[in-house]
Amino acid sequence: MITAGFDIGSTTAKAVVLDSDSILGKVIVPVEGSPKDAAEVLLEAVAKQTGIDHNMIEALCGTGYGQKNIPYATMMESEIVCHAKAALHLDKDVRTIIDIGGQDAKVCRIDAFGNVQRFVYNDKCASGTGRFLEITADVLEVPIEQLAQLDTQGTKEIALSNQCVVFAESEVISLINSGEHMGNIVKGLHRALASRVASLALGIGIEQRIAFTGGVARNAGMVKALEGVLKTTLVVHEYCQVMGALGAALLAREKVMNRVAS
Amino acid sequence: MIVAGCDIGSLTTKVVLYDGKKLLASSIIKSKPKPEEGAHEALEQACAIATVNQADIAYCVGTGYGRKRVPFANDVVSEISCHSKGAFYLYPNVRTIIDIGGQDCKVISLNDRGEVDRFVTNDKCAAGTGRFLEVMAKVLKVELQELSNMAKKGNEAITLASACTVWAQADVIKYLNEGISKENIALGVCKSMAKRVGVLVNQVNIKRDVCITGGVAKNTAVVKELEHLLGLTILKMTNVDPQLNGALGAALLAHEKVRRQQ
Repeated sequence: MITAGFDIGSTTAKAVVLDSDSILGKVIVPVEGSPKDAAEVLLEAVAKQTGIDHNMIEALCGTGYGQKNIPYATMMESEIVCHAKAALHLDKDVRTIIDIGGQDAKVCRIDAFGNVQRFVYNDKCASGTGRFLEITADVLEVPIEQLAQLDTQGTKEIALSNQCVVFAESEVISLINSGEHMGNIVKGLHRALASRVASLALGIGIEQRIAFTGGVARNAGMVKALEGVLKTTLVVHEYCQVMGALGAALLAREKVMNRVAS
Repeated sequence: MIVAGCDIGSLTTKVVLYDGKKLLASSIIKSKPKPEEGAHEALEQACAIATVNQADIAYCVGTGYGRKRVPFANDVVSEISCHSKGAFYLYPNVRTIIDIGGQDCKVISLNDRGEVDRFVTNDKCAAGTGRFLEVMAKVLKVELQELSNMAKKGNEAITLASACTVWAQADVIKYLNEGISKENIALGVCKSMAKRVGVLVNQVNIKRDVCITGGVAKNTAVVKELEHLLGLTILKMTNVDPQLNGALGAALLAHEKVRRQQ
């Protein structure tokens, strides 16, 4: 049985295709244009990569910002529920999920059954989201993928005095002008974002084990910084960026199974 | 006897010369990467206008963000004290001062003697500071000074989903792409700015008269929105440029200090 989960975010659209409970493929495409356009592009990419077209998908669950605009979707579910589902599926001991996306950050506590117990969210202030790194990487004139590499070249962490993205941007410019080593600046940026997200997490409390998800979790420098601030280890799964889509695909599968059972 | 006040802000450097009775001359220039140079230039300009020799200045008080970098200052005083001094001198009925500078916003509550009762500051978040308007003007490709007039021509303000400068910037770009008029966008920007300042104002017990100082006081569209929001009339400085208030207060304090020493 083939099921799929589509997570249409603000910057990327993600899909996971399942055959029973094994993952056939994951696809990530940038969002250009409307969420509907992104969903279409995603469908094509899925077909190309996995050979699965929409006729073969028994159930498709949509999630994320653009969940209402997905053609062929048979159901929808909130991001939080999808994230919780996926986290627990990959690691049954996960109790806290820290997700940093391009435009928001979420921290979610779940029980052993994947029920969401507590939940905090920041989408009001860019400084606690992936955008902070996007903008500052731009100032440093490096692609965002290189931040992790630069972090390893730093020898000390620069303490940034500004949290606001706009003010930090100017601070980074003056640090560059003063001849500060790029690696040290990047270390400081990672630390700044980590502190911001950590205070969000500590607001609801963290419980072991902690999964770090979202696109930002792919940045090893960020993982280290967040581990440092929270004084704990974090679990980062290879599917960390497609957790929403994976959870959605799992929920779609569950729904089909329940239907079959009844 | 001639005294001076020098206010080094994040964007502009201001000098006021005072002779114990009246404001002799003033200057406003763009702040320099080396604040000392800006201070010298501003002082030279003011001295040239008043045809005064720098050597004849008996005392100078430095204030503002770069107050410790005023090379010719005999003393430094906080902006809070200087703004209070300046506003109370110009308008003895002032009890609340809203000062919006290039990268911060302060609300000061005064008692009947013109002393500071309470104050709140936002220098952590660019929203609600001059920087917000600066960024928006840049996105709209207009001069900062034009924003106010542009907003006044708007008749249907756009709404910004978040106060955050980064998200607002994305919103403004979206509206521009949709073909919404710059006037309506500018109006929405000024409304958002006023709303954010209003949050800070409401943190102090607001007493009349209320006056507004700092560079943003010149944006009459923001002031109008703020009046509407707070439900009161804000006193606009007519005899002195509101941007000079801090430097004026510094000069008044310089004069007091010399008098006390005599």
